Amino acid sequence: MAVEPEFDKPVTMVKALNEALRRSLDENPKTLVMGEDVGRLGGVFRVTDGLHKDFGEERVIDTPLAESGIVGTAIGLALRGYRPVVEIQFDGFVYPAFDQIVTQLAKMHARALGHIKLPVTIRIPFAGGIGAVEHHSESHEAYFAHTAGLKVVAPSNPADAHWMLRQAIASDDPVVFLEPKRRYWDKAVLDPTGAPALGLHQARVARSGSDLTLVAYGPMVKVCLEAAEAAAEDGLKLEVVDLRSLSPIDFDTLEQSVKRTGRAVVVHEAPVFLGMGAELAARITERCFYSLEAPVLRVGGYFAPYPPSRVEDAFLPDLDRVLDAVDRAMAF
Amino acid sequence: MTVDSTAGAPTTAPAHGSPADAGPPELVQLLTPEGERVDHPAYSLETTPEELRSIYRDLVLVRRFDSEATSLQRQGELGLWASLLGQEAAQVGSGRAMRPTDYAFPTYREHGVAWCKGVDPLNLLGMFRGVNHGGWDPNEKNFHLYTIVIGSQTLHATGYAMGITKDGADDAVIAYFGDGASSQGDVSEAFTFASVYQAPVVFFCQNNQWAISEPTEKQTRVPLYQRASGFGFPGVRVDGNDVLACLAVTRWALDHARTGQGPVLIEAFTYRMGAHTTSDDPTRYRIAEELESWKLKDPIERLKAYLVREGWADSAFLESVEAESEQLARRVREGVRTMPDPDPSSIFENVYAEGHALVDEEREGYLAYASSFVGAAAEITDGEDD
Repeated sequence: MAVEPEFDKPVTMVKALNEALRRSLDENPKTLVMGEDVGRLGGVFRVTDGLHKDFGEERVIDTPLAESGIVGTAIGLALRGYRPVVEIQFDGFVYPAFDQIVTQLAKMHARALGHIKLPVTIRIPFAGGIGAVEHHSESHEAYFAHTAGLKVVAPSNPADAHWMLRQAIASDDPVVFLEPKRRYWDKAVLDPTGAPALGLHQARVARSGSDLTLVAYGPMVKVCLEAAEAAAEDGLKLEVVDLRSLSPIDFDTLEQSVKRTGRAVVVHEAPVFLGMGAELAARITERCFYSLEAPVLRVGGYFAPYPPSRVEDAFLPDLDRVLDAVDRAMAF
Repeated sequence: MTVDSTAGAPTTAPAHGSPADAGPPELVQLLTPEGERVDHPAYSLETTPEELRSIYRDLVLVRRFDSEATSLQRQGELGLWASLLGQEAAQVGSGRAMRPTDYAFPTYREHGVAWCKGVDPLNLLGMFRGVNHGGWDPNEKNFHLYTIVIGSQTLHATGYAMGITKDGADDAVIAYFGDGASSQGDVSEAFTFASVYQAPVVFFCQNNQWAISEPTEKQTRVPLYQRASGFGFPGVRVDGNDVLACLAVTRWALDHARTGQGPVLIEAFTYRMGAHTTSDDPTRYRIAEELESWKLKDPIERLKAYLVREGWADSAFLESVEAESEQLARRVREGVRTMPDPDPSSIFENVYAEGHALVDEEREGYLAYASSFVGAAAEITDGEDD
């Protein structure tokens, strides 16, 4: 099949996501897009650009400014047989909907002993690094991953964003879909007419290496790849595992990697304390204990509110902080 | 039933700025506490004696089921029970107003609505016994699962109603909630969404005067039905102990909703005659006189008085309903006592529709652990034999 003209050169993650929504709307008349400003405006990040025009306001729904209402009515629409894709405008605005997500969306399938399904996708632009005001830079993945009944994924690049969103929308389970907003404008080649290389919940070895495994997802994958590149100049071969899915986690891929390298450093933007890294470190230790040459180290945000943008660079893990942890792990 | 919606009663205009606890004059009533049939200019209701007897039967059976459940809790067969005592008319009246294709989104006290929708009462008791969290198929009778988080279901009802509009269907939805829930943000958001999208949903608020220990004055400074006017749809206060008024007003509201005219708020003014749940002690916060005054407004007594006075119910009929209610109680009692506990491994079932690696891993781990006890017991026995 010929590559469509729009996709004959690299596209942004925003475009890749937009195309995923467009195709999902096209493929299934029950698919709906709903959220604040997703209609005429095309969303504050333009992820839904043009969809309102092409699919109409019955399919691409501008909602009242009420996050609990958006998720709560999405649940009702799902009960009526629809497949809503909800946009929460920014990470820090999901909390009014937290109750609906955790007490209703996550638990209703089990409450009904499987009689009903809740195919709701909740898209959230998450994490920092774009110089934003408060509540626009948060990494709250651990809250959602902690809740049974939800699936949680976070792509790191345009192609994954595209395919994972289509897979999330097709899933009969509720999926929290975390979009690394500072990677929205990264470009990569995408052929939307092809097929996904991986299942939604499979991890990917983004770079092979033999000395240490860097574990990351979403926005930190790029930082880890850059760190691996820099370390290579010093003769260190770092492997980078892009988890992609945070619930469930592909521990098998992770285990294979760490058993080979003997060392692991987990990197995320969220505060280290009780973050995904804590669970990952515990599981890696359980699975790879006899292969480990060093404790699993974690690099992440500090136990403080996300700081004002002028100092966010000090809060966020960067290449130097990752390499500092690598040095400490290698010193064991 | 045809009602001229301009006839006055379902008004969006605030009436008199009356205090929240005021009953009359806004209260729609078709059957007085003394059992006298009265007319209302906006809500007429044609009924046959047979239909009235059927309504009476529903009220009696629902109350008997409820009292049996309370007893079962006292006997330790249920962990908890939320009694509907006093609210039978509000639930049976509104419940009977629905078509089979209309959908109800209940709180955890809508046993009378469940009855009208044809849900087996035993299904309601599983969650109170602790064998499940609901578990019936909501789509079988168009009766959603009981929702415990106060007010959450009003949004589900609204979303479902939005879906009805998208389908081009003429079904409608009732969202049940209470006076306490009226303070929840979700209820306000449901009002907003329903109004903006003109969703075919009727918000049916049973104002039973008490949210556990807090009287309605702790929730609102205006009569609850007047809240609707701020959202741009009609609000009606109905005598919640008058089953005929509840039926007439809800029928009107459902027709209003299903014909594309948008949502309606009904405030059924009633009283929680019992405790909030079997764990509650209302003597700590309300006076006996209040309860006594509401006993005079009992929903079943007034219909019985009307039926008897009109000569539509003789003692044979009343006794047959009584006997049927005892039969129901017996069936419920036996059903609950023989309700099996779920297998512990069912904890891992239905967490996800499409499965989850961690749930599978933990199920396996649990089963291995559980089965290790059998072996361990055998080993101990072997050791003693040695």
